[in-house]
Amino acid sequence: MAKVRIGIDVGSTHTDSVAINERNEVIHAVKARTTSDVTSGIIKSLRKLIIGGNLKTDDVVAVMFGTTHILNAIVQRKGLSKVGVLRIGAPATTAIEPMLDWPEDLRVAVEGAKYIVRGGHEYTGDEIAPLDEEEVRKAAMNFAERGVDSVAITGVFSIVNPEHELRASEIIRELLPSIPIVMSHEIGSMGLLERENATILNAASIGAMRKAIRSLRESLNDLGLQDTPMFFAQNDGTTARADFIEKYPIFTVVAPISNSLRGAYVLTGIKDAIVVDTGGTTSNIGVLTKGYPREALEIEIGGVRTNIRSPDIVAIGLAGGSIVKVSDGKVRVGPVSVGYKLIEEGISWGGSTITATDIAIAKGVMKIDDPGCDPERAKKLIPPEIVEKAYEYMVSKLEESIDKVKTSPEPETVILVGGGSLMWPKRLRGAKEVIRPKYAQSANALGAATALVGGLVEKAFSYDHIKREDAIKIASEEATRKAIMAGADPTTVEIMEVEEIALPYLPGNAVKIRVKAVGKLKL
Amino acid sequence: MVVTKLTRQDIEDLALGATVLGTGGGGDPYIGKLMAIQALERGGEIELMDPDVVDDDAFVVAVAGMGAPVVMIEKTPSGKEAAASLISLEKYFGRKADYIISIEAGGLNSTIPLATAAELKRPVLDGDGMGRAFPELQMVTFHLYGVKATPMSMADEKGNSVILDTVDNFWAEKIARAITVKFGGVAWISIYPMSGRKYKEAAVKYSLTKEIEIGRALNDAKKQGKNPLDVLLDVTRGYHLFTGKIVDVVRRATGGFARGEAVIEGLEDFKGSKLVIRFQNENLIAIRDGEVLASVPDLITVVDKDSARPITTERLKYGLRVAVLGIPCDPKWRSEKALEVVGPKYFGYDIEYVPIEEAVKKWG
Repeated sequence: MAKVRIGIDVGSTHTDSVAINERNEVIHAVKARTTSDVTSGIIKSLRKLIIGGNLKTDDVVAVMFGTTHILNAIVQRKGLSKVGVLRIGAPATTAIEPMLDWPEDLRVAVEGAKYIVRGGHEYTGDEIAPLDEEEVRKAAMNFAERGVDSVAITGVFSIVNPEHELRASEIIRELLPSIPIVMSHEIGSMGLLERENATILNAASIGAMRKAIRSLRESLNDLGLQDTPMFFAQNDGTTARADFIEKYPIFTVVAPISNSLRGAYVLTGIKDAIVVDTGGTTSNIGVLTKGYPREALEIEIGGVRTNIRSPDIVAIGLAGGSIVKVSDGKVRVGPVSVGYKLIEEGISWGGSTITATDIAIAKGVMKIDDPGCDPERAKKLIPPEIVEKAYEYMVSKLEESIDKVKTSPEPETVILVGGGSLMWPKRLRGAKEVIRPKYAQSANALGAATALVGGLVEKAFSYDHIKREDAIKIASEEATRKAIMAGADPTTVEIMEVEEIALPYLPGNAVKIRVKAVGKLKL
Repeated sequence: MVVTKLTRQDIEDLALGATVLGTGGGGDPYIGKLMAIQALERGGEIELMDPDVVDDDAFVVAVAGMGAPVVMIEKTPSGKEAAASLISLEKYFGRKADYIISIEAGGLNSTIPLATAAELKRPVLDGDGMGRAFPELQMVTFHLYGVKATPMSMADEKGNSVILDTVDNFWAEKIARAITVKFGGVAWISIYPMSGRKYKEAAVKYSLTKEIEIGRALNDAKKQGKNPLDVLLDVTRGYHLFTGKIVDVVRRATGGFARGEAVIEGLEDFKGSKLVIRFQNENLIAIRDGEVLASVPDLITVVDKDSARPITTERLKYGLRVAVLGIPCDPKWRSEKALEVVGPKYFGYDIEYVPIEEAVKKWG
């Protein structure tokens, strides 16, 4: 029996699907329009893939999603749960209450009740104050009365010592046995407010994630994929089983961006490169290091500051559908885009809007395999000097963005992926080579399909209290456990990365250790 | 106006202005900003008072936070620590402080006194001890005018407090650092107690208003369709020293400070030229094509080339397109005595300080 994996990635305009075999070779790839509910677009794409690729559903061993369900829910403030927020930190931390600088509409959508109780730790791991269990009980009763859907617990320095978060979670569990409880040491990094924000957003998204998983499950069943396990891409370029993601939906918010980077790696085998993912509206420029996306330390989600790990990218409003504007002899391209309407409004398709794609076609750089597209029309209707100026503008803008993600002036390999990637030239300033691999337009879905299962752990230690080897061992074991929880085959899990960051201005050799463990899917 | 009640927008603007005057360092004003906003949301008021109307015999005290930024962002304050430190100092003096002031206009400590003012219902005076940010406790104009940092008090969120009385301001710095560690990495202090008369003589006046003006101008520039950099130069009375792309950043951590340098290659009118910025938490010196163009105590601020938003030294990296501003420091920093405390030589650079107004003439 052939073992086929299906990868599906949701972009702003298109939902891509790809089927691959055990050697990560592409069997078939298709595109469908992304829909506002996300799910129906996924199903449409999937159906097209199964039919078009002549796939036997019995051969499919896993369906792997990279989805924007949760990002959309947060950005649109739709389908979010009411969260009981518990902070463990008094007498410290009371000057700034939870969710203070959230956008008002999001706060209203999410806030169930909030409490700050005594407890939490110093950077050394010692208690600021003992955990006030009585207050935790009171908070839990209030959460129950108000009927919150989930609970978010954040303790001061819980990434040094999670004890109080764990104990508070036990107490709340007794009173509220059936609702999800999320602890911040499992979610974010150093920085109380940012970690608390991420934890609350995670708790608020669990309901939406469950609903998405349920409806995707039903749809898979309808397609004859009853027992096929579902995986969801995570922000760091790894994947995790549906039951894990149901608890940690926040780890999926920007996963599609990472999928493109991972796909570029899988398609080329190049581990260190700059990746340009060009879609219809936006180009994301990111960096692959050791085969994974380089990460940023913080990310704003729906107007809220968080410190979950996410790919470090420069996004520019310049892609296939970007509109060309001419005024006073000056030519600009983007950020406004016709999006998926390119094939109606673009000059080459008989429309009246000049887009970045039309410019590339008129310039002769890009050929499109679509009977509805007439390159001669673009060449005839767009004045040559506009073509030259616009193309020069586009290329120099891209080159500037490539330069921005670099850490040094050394030329680097640039990999072009995405549906709009054909519009770029074969040479770029700052690039030692420009590669546009076969199946570049499906890199995102391929990234989802080929992802390994990952577990990520961040903990802080003081090397005056614990030996360095022991600290790394503790963090590594935890990351391994997490990877197995996320659906990795235990015999294949290995430590991918250990990062140590010294915490400045603190005595006692305080460090933060971050460990990433990855393994193959357990099927 | 003698008294202004600050609004939420004022605080947002002030925090942005504080980052401009922070010259790359001073800590993120974010936590202090949220504290002040929370205080307003809880019904508190923050009154900003004209320094010129202060009575000569009024009692004026600065409040601030000190310690490790990483603790400040994790063990966020209760908001009562700084107030507790002030109350303990008041007990020591047997006198209530009439006004609260901030020691530095740049960075984190620009916003901390606002929250304390709301907590204790005391007015804040519109003037600080730097007009910018500096890394050490004695680097304040008060020090130049003979004001002692001590008796000072320190407090934590648990209720501990300490009074320090030291032989000089350097000892105050040293002992306070040690206690800060015992407090868990962060301490809240009340420092530089002085009379109204001394304050009027020694402070950098109207610096809070200036921060609000700077922040507001930047925040409004976009709405009004103006060039943010022009707006910023105008409101700070600054000089446009350079525009370019960062091509190299070297850092080394020495003695608890983040030292390093950034190399910027000229763009537009500055093409063919190179600017080097040396920093130690804050930007200290700007050298154009081998010649010193600006140095401490004048302010050197790096901003995004297009949005003119300030960029702190820890965020400088290869590839950023930036503009560099030179802003004249308060005249108090230009005396011989002042330059001994905060001039380029104190920071280990063997160069003579030349006021920015003079230095830029050469370049036209």
